[in-house]
Amino acid sequence: MPDLGKYAVTVLSAYGAAITLIVALVVWTLWRGARMRRLLREAEARRARNG
Amino acid sequence: MTSIWEYANPKKFMQTSGRFLPWIAGLAALCMVGGLIWGFFFTPNDYKQGSTVKILFIHVPSAMIAINGWGMMLVASLIWVVRRHHVSALAAKAAAPVGMVMTLVALITGAIWGEPMWGTWWAWDPRLTSFLILFLFYLGYIALWQAIDNPDTAADLTSVLCMVGSVFAFLSRFAVDFWNQGLHQGASISLDGRDDMANVFLFPLLTCMLGWVLFFLTLVLLRTRTEIRARRLKALIARERMG
Amino acid sequence: MIGLLLRDLRLAVRAGGGFGLGLAFFLIVVVLVPLGVGPKADLLALIAPGILWVAALLACLLSLDRIFALDHEDGSLDLLATAPIPLEGVVTIKALAHWLTTGLPLTLASPLFGLLLHLPGPAYPWLMVSLGLGTPALSVIGTFGAALTVGLKRGGLLLSLLVLPLYVPTLIFGAEAVRRGAEGLSATTPLVLLAAITLGSIAALPFGSAAALRINLR
Repeated sequence: MPDLGKYAVTVLSAYGAAITLIVALVVWTLWRGARMRRLLREAEARRARNG
Repeated sequence: MTSIWEYANPKKFMQTSGRFLPWIAGLAALCMVGGLIWGFFFTPNDYKQGSTVKILFIHVPSAMIAINGWGMMLVASLIWVVRRHHVSALAAKAAAPVGMVMTLVALITGAIWGEPMWGTWWAWDPRLTSFLILFLFYLGYIALWQAIDNPDTAADLTSVLCMVGSVFAFLSRFAVDFWNQGLHQGASISLDGRDDMANVFLFPLLTCMLGWVLFFLTLVLLRTRTEIRARRLKALIARERMG
Repeated sequence: MIGLLLRDLRLAVRAGGGFGLGLAFFLIVVVLVPLGVGPKADLLALIAPGILWVAALLACLLSLDRIFALDHEDGSLDLLATAPIPLEGVVTIKALAHWLTTGLPLTLASPLFGLLLHLPGPAYPWLMVSLGLGTPALSVIGTFGAALTVGLKRGGLLLSLLVLPLYVPTLIFGAEAVRRGAEGLSATTPLVLLAAITLGSIAALPFGSAAALRINLR
């Protein structure tokens, strides 16, 4: 851990906030992607079954 | 010779993007994590700004993506309007939330950085103000996409908005510069000292910038794929209802 | 086209006083601000240019969704779209009618409201000139926003979200001109830039508005 001096809170909170936001964006994107993939697979299966 | 327009075919796009996506994502993660670790652990403190200079490695790439993300949306919108490739319209839609989050990251890290450096969380500095306005543009663009049901109408209208918005965003940038100079002459604060930046900071910064670009690309590809699937799902459901 | 203009004006007057509503809103904002920030005359004089411009902008915004909404509901918008006059012309006329019912009365009445806010004496001519030059841009930009959201049910809120960022340059130059006027400086530069924005908007944006309308009526 580097010595952040008197600005430790500042630097860490900036990194924390930014990384939280970016991770949230990634998780949201992946979650939506997975959900859409599942729904589409179900729809395709329905179509294959019903002809 | 294959033309670039082949990738405008959704099927072709899905195949190709699916093949390259893991590599791009891996490289993006490598550059981002590597660049941030490099920047956080292995750079010295600035003699003036102390350790806060480490925020640079998040702040600057995010700001860069925030602006260029809008530029990418503009290009995608133009391609949609001129050549009517659906993938292009969906890519513009996919890029907007990513750009908005990047704008937010740039604003938040800037505010946290500004607190010890300028003594305030928020200054109506031209750059900060422009970014806030850019954030509003992203908000409006996304809201318009969500408000319209018909996907083609939505794509058309958001493209028009994106083009007009680009002109006004540019004007706003210019106006904001004018406005602040009008208020307090010479009180501008330069955020990036690119010219006088030492190599110890420059190389990790460049790594981060590359990482952020790849990250943007990854997310836009992922989201575009999701949008294409959503379109197909909608078509299937519509057909089910009819038959 | 003149017939269309007259018709729009008549409709605006008949639909609950198009002139009155914007002005009344303007008045309310101007009254609310001193209630919010306190009655100190020097403070009010300092912020008056900005308040007046922001109030004008909000008053313009208020009546934007009516530009196309009524015509869209009763189907006359479809008739206008197929009429022999170009849609760009229709859009321009609509914007002009909007300006005549909101921008122009605001401009003419603005000195009165300036008085309420202790606007410094030398600023009055600049206030009127800047509003006169700037409000047409507000109407034209607003028409574009209205054209984008014409078919939407909850379009009103979205309209504000879309239009307000577009108003930024106009607001900055307009308020800056008045502020410089209030300080006794030359306000020519912001006024010229303001005029440039207005002229540019009038020249280019009707094409965007007409395109948006065509998409929406498709």
